[in-house]
Amino acid sequence: MPGLEDLYREIILDHYRNPRNRGELESPPALRVEGFNPLCGDEIVVYLELDGEGRIAEIRIGGQGCSISQSSASMMSAAVKGRTIAEVGDLTRAFKAMMSIHESSLGGEAAEPAEVPDVKLGDLEALRGVVKFPVRIKCATLAWNTLAQALDDAAS
Amino acid sequence: MAVTSPLDAAAIRADFPLLADSERPLVYLDSAATSQKPAVVLDAMDTYYRTINANVHRGVYRIAEQATNELEGAREKVRRFINAASCAEVIFTRNATESLNLLVQSWGRTNLRPGDAVVLSHMEHHANIVPWHMLAAERGIELRWIPLTEDDRLDLTDLDTLLDGAKVLSVTAMSNVLGTITPVRTLTDAARAAGAISIIDGCQSVPHSTTDVQALGADFVAFSGHKMCGPTGVGVLWGRRELLEAMPPFIGGGEMIREVRLDGFTCNELPWKFEAGTPAIAEIIGLGAAVDYLEGIGMDAIRAHERMLTDHALRTLEARFGTDIVIHGPADPDQRGGVFSFAFRDLHPHDISQILDERGVCVRAGHHCAKPLMRLMGVGATARASVYLYNTTEDIDALADALEAAGAFFAF
Ligand SMILES: Cc1ncc(COP(=O)(O)O)c(C=O)c1O
Repeated sequence: MPGLEDLYREIILDHYRNPRNRGELESPPALRVEGFNPLCGDEIVVYLELDGEGRIAEIRIGGQGCSISQSSASMMSAAVKGRTIAEVGDLTRAFKAMMSIHESSLGGEAAEPAEVPDVKLGDLEALRGVVKFPVRIKCATLAWNTLAQALDDAAS
Repeated sequence: MAVTSPLDAAAIRADFPLLADSERPLVYLDSAATSQKPAVVLDAMDTYYRTINANVHRGVYRIAEQATNELEGAREKVRRFINAASCAEVIFTRNATESLNLLVQSWGRTNLRPGDAVVLSHMEHHANIVPWHMLAAERGIELRWIPLTEDDRLDLTDLDTLLDGAKVLSVTAMSNVLGTITPVRTLTDAARAAGAISIIDGCQSVPHSTTDVQALGADFVAFSGHKMCGPTGVGVLWGRRELLEAMPPFIGGGEMIREVRLDGFTCNELPWKFEAGTPAIAEIIGLGAAVDYLEGIGMDAIRAHERMLTDHALRTLEARFGTDIVIHGPADPDQRGGVFSFAFRDLHPHDISQILDERGVCVRAGHHCAKPLMRLMGVGATARASVYLYNTTEDIDALADALEAAGAFFAF
């Protein structure tokens, strides 16, 4: 049986205690997108500012939720800041691939992406243990789904 | 002041295979979601499949007749358990949700016109909200809401105004989030005086205390078998005969008809008029066994036992955690059942239940299918512990120990 230490890795607890990029950006000009996990009431607000070259110049995270959803959002904000939209897309696909087997078997997201981009997940790897706790996967992916939505909005 | 229980919960646990398994000791505190099942219920279902498995009604051979007798025998047990006047008034459904949908679709669509008002409360389960929203979208009925008091009871100050001109009052007898026991008789009397029918969601009350549907003064009562030691897949709708007689069928098919021709059909009599298709035979027989089991222990004794556990839980959690814990619902154990939603420090309910699970303590985390209530409480989710006849004061103490561990784990 997976133990708590698989889930609550030290780095995850660190992001939960000291969330990075927490706060708000004035919107507009910033994009503001909300994401909800209807199962547990977790709520994430992503604020985004893109620069002229399509990089994420600023990101802030608002909302409330469990340690996994909050730390995942914090880790995501640190990972995507300064990256281009294309890079963020690859990172998102790689992260969701790490989480996706169980998510799709739970009837959640659609099938896995056809090919997983070869990118380093770095600290985000710490969330790998979440797949051993299937009901928590949606907590970990909430921020990423919300970010993807924000980038979709930005593109349109 | 020690409050005592008339039950020997430790002995009762031995009746429940999942709880008696000493390999994996379980502190099961989620009976408001579903109860554990005693061996007698599992055996009754198993015996049906192994010895008399046949479809019911219309079979002339021996096992078909036996299966029919068992099924109708279970109906009689349920009738007696809730003191219904007749078996014609006891309709088997899939669960309380289906019972409530049946009412909205059959009684509601027949009797409600645009602008008609239905009175609900802020502490309803989605099962007693969404079907009405669905009808409102179709029919333009008005939904009115009984508010709550500061101490999580129904605020009846404006009840007469809310009921003025209303056609239906539909409320829970006990909140599955707050534990609040509502004043059912006061509510049904007020509804009748206002010319409204009354529907009681008995999901959390029927499993935990004596139910006399005639004394409740209600027109309909809905409840689920799986929360009262019975299997999943079977629920009950009780209704007053005159009203049921006047209602059109809900689902059409076999079993619910008397005559079918190319140009139409006539309905079977009650209760089968509302039981289209092959029923959940094994589950209904299992529910009959559950009723026997509960009656053998005694519903008043179960209520007294849970009152003792409630008292113990409120005192223990407050003594150990003081202002670190906020327990929702009325403070007086006489006004509430054994369901405790709580907030603990600033821990998220998900994290609480995850850490509790590590210690074999099962509590629920989430919105408990009562989102309007969650919004009113200003929270996205709560952790919820709930007790039943097999729980002991040790279970409550294990919960407190596990909470302490959770607090230590997330202390920073
Ligand atoms: C008060 C209340 N009403 C209705 C329901 C719905 O019961 P079921 O899911 O068995 O239909 C529940 C169960 O959670 C409940 O607690």
